[in-house]
Amino acid sequence: METQTHTLDVKNASKIERISGAEAVIKCLLAEGVDLIYGYPGGAIMPVYDELYKYQDELRHILTRHEQGATHAAQGYARTSGKVGVAIATSGPGATNLVTGIADAQIDSTPMVCITGQVGSHLLGSDAFQETDIIGISTPVTKWNIQVTKAEDIPAVMAKAFYIARSGRPGPVLVDITKDAQFEQFDFSYAKCTGVRSYKPVPATVAGTLEQAAALINEAKKPMIVWGQGVILGEAEAEFKAFVEKTGIPAAWTILGASAIPTKHPLNVGMVGMHGNYGPNMLTNECDVLIAIGMRFDDRVTGDLNTYAKQAKVIHFEIDPAEIDKNVKTEVAVMGDVKHTLAGILPLVTQKKHEDWHQEYKKYDAIEFEKVIKNDLQPTKEGLTMGEVLGAINKTTGGDQVIVTDVGQHQMIACRYAEFTKSKANITSGGLGTMGFALPAAIGAKMGAMEREVIAIIGDGGYQMTIQELGTIFQTGVPVKIVVLNNEFLGMVRQWQQLFFDKRYASTEMVNPDFVKIAEGYSIPAKRVKKREDLQAAVEEMIAAETPYFLEVCVEKEANVFPMIPTGASVSDIRLS
Amino acid sequence: MSDKRLFTISVYTENNVGLLNRISSIFLKRHVNLLSMTASASEIVGVYRFVVVVKITEEAVKKIVGQIEKQIEVIRAYYHTDEQTIFQETALFKIASSLLFEEPQIQNIIKNANAEIVTVNQRWFVLSKTGRRSEIDVIYEKLKPFGLLQFVRSGRIAISKDAMRISEILEEFTMNS
Ligand SMILES: Cc1ncc(C[n+]2csc(CCOP(=O)(O)OP(=O)(O)O)c2C)c(N)n1
Repeated sequence: METQTHTLDVKNASKIERISGAEAVIKCLLAEGVDLIYGYPGGAIMPVYDELYKYQDELRHILTRHEQGATHAAQGYARTSGKVGVAIATSGPGATNLVTGIADAQIDSTPMVCITGQVGSHLLGSDAFQETDIIGISTPVTKWNIQVTKAEDIPAVMAKAFYIARSGRPGPVLVDITKDAQFEQFDFSYAKCTGVRSYKPVPATVAGTLEQAAALINEAKKPMIVWGQGVILGEAEAEFKAFVEKTGIPAAWTILGASAIPTKHPLNVGMVGMHGNYGPNMLTNECDVLIAIGMRFDDRVTGDLNTYAKQAKVIHFEIDPAEIDKNVKTEVAVMGDVKHTLAGILPLVTQKKHEDWHQEYKKYDAIEFEKVIKNDLQPTKEGLTMGEVLGAINKTTGGDQVIVTDVGQHQMIACRYAEFTKSKANITSGGLGTMGFALPAAIGAKMGAMEREVIAIIGDGGYQMTIQELGTIFQTGVPVKIVVLNNEFLGMVRQWQQLFFDKRYASTEMVNPDFVKIAEGYSIPAKRVKKREDLQAAVEEMIAAETPYFLEVCVEKEANVFPMIPTGASVSDIRLS
Repeated sequence: MSDKRLFTISVYTENNVGLLNRISSIFLKRHVNLLSMTASASEIVGVYRFVVVVKITEEAVKKIVGQIEKQIEVIRAYYHTDEQTIFQETALFKIASSLLFEEPQIQNIIKNANAEIVTVNQRWFVLSKTGRRSEIDVIYEKLKPFGLLQFVRSGRIAISKDAMRISEILEEFTMNS
């Protein structure tokens, strides 16, 4: 017998039936609870599509207009539903078109399974038509990937794929299946994967670390929390809130952590990082204990590491051992699943308020309000600001919405000003910064949470990177709301050109088409707003719509996003203008 | 802490074709030169062992080992200094047989180096030397002036003085499942 390198739940395995590899793929998906996948057909994956046709009542396939769109939609779906997103594509160009989304999912820890067709196994390595080494290409950007050349391997591989994608620190998995394996008949039976012997999804919490962390927290005079997406991925919102409320510690978030506790929670002190809030960035370099929870000290968060929180003792709650001490040296590493470690530390920490320390944040808030926020949200100048669009959205939805953003100035503004009342509400490409993410991700985000209002906020640049997904919206009728903040520039790059390259606007000016007409071409109700007095009504109309809706807001062309930590500078060198 | 030194990284893995790619890309991403890399069977059936030698700081090797361990099919990865391991390399030299008779000191070099003649024919013979890099370097320098038809040296193989606990890790898995 072969060595057992993974375990399957054979007790609950399905009855044996003789089917093709292609049908097996569908049955595996169904067994994993998948009822929605995104993809694009082609030669090498046709046997699976043929089965999709037969199973269309059980498994809905959304035809995106580009394979990249399929991955981002799967990501959006995963992030609002908490389930594994699935994308499927053919070999060659179909597979390579998935790569950006896979890389995005890898760096943002999104559970996703991608299935690609591959040329017949007898053709492998022969430079056959549409043959590409997608395993080699995707290796650095997948949590796991594997090529299957025999139908009989499909069930166990699929079971492993789902187990690996969703367990521990989630991530993307790619399964590449040769065409002959899809056609081959075999005796199929499915059992879920329960473990892989070389893989430990959740590290054990080292004995004593909870107590050490609690002691540091209890003695701290100026503690600060920075939380990340780990809280959301670990579904630890309640445990986190209880921890924050009991300790009374000011809590700041990374963009992927946003919405884990409501924006208006009194202990929520705002966003850290390059365009984060003034207080939490400045006070990172004043706190005595820094409690990092489910975040990875990305350079956009820390700025210059040599001057980052040097005075503080760092406690790091983390599921991925490779993140400990990777960027910032920790005093205490609390390894494990935050849902358990936060619940575990709760009885060990003392109830506190830290009122004086909170006042420090308030002082900075007042300065930021005067210098930045006021002008963003209540502008007196003529041009519309991106901030006031977010303000109008907040006013209309009451914060009860999912915001999906693209990458650029509008993303930072949306993260800064969107109000969130519920978790899993800020869907954005954080680690990879993928322009073109928002439109397809919004489709998936909506399908993952049909009861929620999903609003995509996109720049005129990024919108045109995946604008073809309007076709997917048209065909499915999925009622996403699309807001393009049109500044006729690649705004964020233009901002850098203005600040650091003496206003040499090299290739950042955009001559744009009539976006309203384009939306109308897809039968999507559309409106353009140019004046402040029309904004609120337009946003209300958009939110009231039960269909998809497109709103273009023509905003000031050369506005900048502040505060800003210039690249390589310290968090406390944050600029307000 | 920031001094670069030699580290031997031992990686125990499931026998998986794609893994070599995964592991080497971790070094590539960080611009770390692999001084050598060998793959072989290990003491456990079905488990492979990679031995990688790098010259980097301890801080860097720790992070790299963390990234390696994170790969799904890696069972465990360790790093060791030279003092913590027993290690060897093997070199093969192909030399013209005529030299054995024309240059008598060659025989002394072979004897003094404890090298072994693997095969001889009328035209050439092959010499093998197993040992530390420095020992191989010595015999290489001595033989080079006489002319080498071919020379090749293997990567380092190493065994740690401390136990690696791989069987226990695998047993733990079998017991829990
Ligand atoms: C795929 C991709 N290409 C290039 C970039 C670099 N980039 C970052 S922000 C930005 C400008 C975005 O412009 P726009 O979409 O109009 O949004 P704005 O900043 O104006 O809000 C660019 C080009 C990127 N992040 N992603």
